[in-house]
Amino acid sequence: MAALMQALGLVRHFGGLHAVDGVDLVLEPGEIHALIGPNGAGKTTLVGLLSGRIVPDRGRVLLAGEDITRLPAHARVRRGIAYTFQITSIFPRLSVFDNVALAAQSQGGRNLASSVHGTLARVGLRGLADRTAAQLSYGHQRLLELAMGLALHPCILILDEPTQGLAAGEIDSFRALVKALVPETTVLLIEHNMDVVMDLATRITVLNFGRVLATGTPDEIRANAAVQEAYLGA
Amino acid sequence: MNPNARVWVLHLAVIAGLYAAQFILPPYHVTNIARIMVLAVFAMGYNIAFGYTGLLSLGHALFFAAGLYGAGLAGYFLEWSALPSLLAGLMAGGVVAGVVGLLALRTAGVSFMIVTLMFAQAGYLSILYFGSLTGGDEGFVVDAARRTIAGLDLALDGYRYGLALGLFAVALVCCLWLVRSPFGRIMVAMRENQERSRMLGYNPFTIKLTALVISGLYAGAAGASYALLFGYVGASFATIQYSILPMLYVLLGGAGTVLGPLVGAAVMFYLIDYASSVTSAYLFLVGLALVLLVIFAPRGVLGAVRERWARWLP
Repeated sequence: MAALMQALGLVRHFGGLHAVDGVDLVLEPGEIHALIGPNGAGKTTLVGLLSGRIVPDRGRVLLAGEDITRLPAHARVRRGIAYTFQITSIFPRLSVFDNVALAAQSQGGRNLASSVHGTLARVGLRGLADRTAAQLSYGHQRLLELAMGLALHPCILILDEPTQGLAAGEIDSFRALVKALVPETTVLLIEHNMDVVMDLATRITVLNFGRVLATGTPDEIRANAAVQEAYLGA
Repeated sequence: MNPNARVWVLHLAVIAGLYAAQFILPPYHVTNIARIMVLAVFAMGYNIAFGYTGLLSLGHALFFAAGLYGAGLAGYFLEWSALPSLLAGLMAGGVVAGVVGLLALRTAGVSFMIVTLMFAQAGYLSILYFGSLTGGDEGFVVDAARRTIAGLDLALDGYRYGLALGLFAVALVCCLWLVRSPFGRIMVAMRENQERSRMLGYNPFTIKLTALVISGLYAGAAGASYALLFGYVGASFATIQYSILPMLYVLLGGAGTVLGPLVGAAVMFYLIDYASSVTSAYLFLVGLALVLLVIFAPRGVLGAVRERWARWLP
């Protein structure tokens, strides 16, 4: 099957720090692809390069075969690449409704209100639409962030540590939600919670010191000696 | 009453109240309120850029002056009548804001303030430099023949008030519609969290440029009607003072509220009017009032009202 998104030899250095140092990555349509690795391995920088938030020093990004390396972030969102932030980034002084509406109206849907309420219900924030976003608990703010990503109806959804700070029950409903997204949406998931990763991922890429250490199915990754040494066993 | 109807009733009631005011108040105040309404339109434009989109400009005098001179010069050199002159001024404000925005919006925050201030000063000095066209320091009086619309003499109190109210009403309704539209929501999003807005697919540059052009159209319309209603075009309207005034009106009335600019312009106008009748050090009293406002109602009059009593206020 043709790759939906492809990274070819991506390089990004910050001063002397080789944050991303020649990474190739292939996203197959409809998969849940987990990106794991120790802190500072370059995961967030890599998805920053894919979403267009960060400009690469070298390398190319292809979307369905088309070179989008020079496309700015907002134009990539319009092409269907959505990104949810690792550090919760919402509009704290606006209502929950407006937060999601801003995402939904960017797609130019007809019935804005019903689409917003539908999305809020999907992530479990039904009935909170009129609250100011800042009043929500931390976990609910994470879910709001996720709702904004979903409301964009992306073809690729990049989730940067989505379960961080969620309660156990919320993590379970999050899993169910992500499972229901595929195969219409392809998911790239940065995640530290190994239970979530092993449960959800079709394939896993392990990053270490800005390079790809291994790519494979969960079973292959679990059996990989280099991965165990760098990450899983530690 | 449903929330949507409540909002429209309030704003239409304000327009109706201003219409009634001309029959109730003595002539002195009628002239004042005509002036206040034109200045409020200018401040509404400033509010669209600053209050809603978060663009702190120090150069709006340039857009006001573009409207003032656009209308004044169209009448003076081209002998255009009042209505086309008004449109010329409106367009001049929008075009100048667009050109300034193309360059100034490459910056943000303090740099944006300085760049817009610089453009406005350059505009002011250009008006003085091209004195043979603009009348320089002294400016020029708009010919009475250029101040009539459909035979109605705008120098007369009744018609002057009528045009000022008409302009204000259109500006208010457009502003209310704009800030409650999907685009209004995006403007606020730019103010609140630009990076997040970008990752929802909105290009910050084009959104902010659009908001600035709309703001410039407001300032241009206000400048043009000021020239036509009060009959004078001069370089003093292009000075830094006229960039600061709309900001003060907006801060006083409540940034990011639709009626705030009107409240701010009215309060400030009558504060200066009253203080200067009491003491020659009237700016001291005005300054004191502003300090008290910052301490007790940092979000302005209507900002405080919205915070405490009426969250539905747009």
